[in-house]
Amino acid sequence: MARLKRTLLISTPVLAAALALSACGGSNTSSNDTGGSGQIRIDGSSTVYPLTAIAAEDFQGANAGIQVTVGNSGTGGGFEKFCRGETDANNASRPIKDSEAQACADNGIEYGQLILAIDALTVVVNKNNEFVSCLTTDQLAAIWGPASTISNWNEVDPSFPDEPIALFGPGTDSGTFDYFTAEINGEEGSSRTDFTPSEDDNVVVQGVEGSKGGLGYFGYTYFEENTDKLKALEIDSGAGCVAPSVETARDGSYTPLSRPLYVYASIQALADPSVAEFFQYYVDNDAEIAKSALYIPLSDADQAKLTTDFEALLSRAGK
Amino acid sequence: MAMSTVSETAEGLSLRQSRPRYGEKVIRATLALAAIVSVFTTFGIVISLLIPSIEFFLEVPITDFLFGTVWTPLFKDGEFGVLPLLSGTIVITLIAISVAIPLGLGASIYLSEYASPRVRKVLKPTLEVLAGIPTVVFGFFALEFLTQLVLIKIFPGIEVFNALSAGLIMGIMIIPTIASLSEDAMAAVPSGLRDGAYALGSTKRQTAIKVVIPAALSGIVASFVLGISRAIGETMIVTIAAGLQPQLSFNPLIGMQTMTSYIAAAGSGDLATGSIEYKSIFAVGMLLFILTFVMNIFSVRLVRRFRQAYQ
Repeated sequence: MARLKRTLLISTPVLAAALALSACGGSNTSSNDTGGSGQIRIDGSSTVYPLTAIAAEDFQGANAGIQVTVGNSGTGGGFEKFCRGETDANNASRPIKDSEAQACADNGIEYGQLILAIDALTVVVNKNNEFVSCLTTDQLAAIWGPASTISNWNEVDPSFPDEPIALFGPGTDSGTFDYFTAEINGEEGSSRTDFTPSEDDNVVVQGVEGSKGGLGYFGYTYFEENTDKLKALEIDSGAGCVAPSVETARDGSYTPLSRPLYVYASIQALADPSVAEFFQYYVDNDAEIAKSALYIPLSDADQAKLTTDFEALLSRAGK
Repeated sequence: MAMSTVSETAEGLSLRQSRPRYGEKVIRATLALAAIVSVFTTFGIVISLLIPSIEFFLEVPITDFLFGTVWTPLFKDGEFGVLPLLSGTIVITLIAISVAIPLGLGASIYLSEYASPRVRKVLKPTLEVLAGIPTVVFGFFALEFLTQLVLIKIFPGIEVFNALSAGLIMGIMIIPTIASLSEDAMAAVPSGLRDGAYALGSTKRQTAIKVVIPAALSGIVASFVLGISRAIGETMIVTIAAGLQPQLSFNPLIGMQTMTSYIAAAGSGDLATGSIEYKSIFAVGMLLFILTFVMNIFSVRLVRRFRQAYQ
């Protein structure tokens, strides 16, 4: 018994080490034919994360020697690292701020902006809801605000019938929650807490589908897959009611619940062939990547602009 | 030990082990390992729960946790009162056992005392099939069928996600546990006791209720406690059908969150390791562990108290 135990104890680490060695050997021997560093570090927005992560996964599948690490510490936290030169690119769900641009300039980091997809949120109600087709952003804020006690549709607008509101929304970890609360309630993460939250958008679909007075929100592309079950609301941010659609999201009229998604790439990093090759792949396959990440792909014109923007960055990097 | 004394007294043929039996030792060690794995796992769970829980209670006073009435740890300026999760767990468990105990006990009395061998041969395995259905299937059955086709007609104001459907379906899920274990306990009652009761002129019902059930009580109570523990620990059904909104209420028609579904929901999001939200998962896990642990100790005591030994 004692002997057996010892053999087991000895052999387990040995086996593990052997496995680890063979695994290392595997990745070392596979060629890194770009001649670059083979290491790409990207951080930033958790909203853009799925986009870049899918690009990284697909790219690594075809280029075994290059490792792409994608983090999601938020747009702001990501820019801090980016401007210290710790990352090669930063995912951003908003344009870079002046203070951040200054920090980059102070550290001699040159960068370029690329728009890779459009993010849009949809506010949905029950399919049989006849009384509401459009809400203003103020009404949304009144419903979803942190101090809100609204529990009936007639409190939103006296012309609405006496119908209890049942609220469903994404979980607090999701970029969708952050985006909605920032745009509607004015502060990221600030929201009433007595709703049914879930990281699984399908729970929102089931909830709103099953509640006569249901109200919820999630990414637009998820709504596209459930148009038979739910009704999307038009949103009025002061310039009239606008229905969510691929077109209104692309042209920016569906505001404030649609926004472009950015990646900021460092010019210095693009001089590294590995980084340049990854971004070339990202830009070339952008439409597909956006679709699989459930974002709205760019219009043809914006797609063409992306390609020229990227070529300009490459030439700045001396390629 | 007994072997060596024999070999010393006998002449010629020695029963003393002549060569080391390695195979025997390997088998013994393997079996011991099998027994030890569960012990170590339990210890491992306690330790892994304990450390983050202690860190949690350094930041959140334990009284706020135990007596607070608002549970919003994942929100901005979250509050950590566990009572809404506790009430959700209690309401759903009560609904479940009020379905599972009568039906499970009824089924076991029928199977053990009334059913003909032929009926039992078909019925018992069929009942046990119910125990093999994955809980995720039960969850969707509760949400899609029970709530949306049945309960909504009986209670028009019921919410899509509600404690009632989750509790009812969980009760049905637990029936085989209770029925099967109780039936085993009743079948183990010596037939002499039944024959004695019949000889005294008892009816079948009197024999079952006054003789067989008291004789099998320790097994029956054990099956109840196991059923309750399963209800408290059940995760998938409540996560799918009972909603994810913690509410301190005893109204079964609204959505609730249980301790287990909080752990499942918070654990599947991407919480930062080391954050207070992350540690809250372990604090809730610790409370759950203590609850089931107390339940089990209680059941061992109860079983011992009611145990009646035959032969």
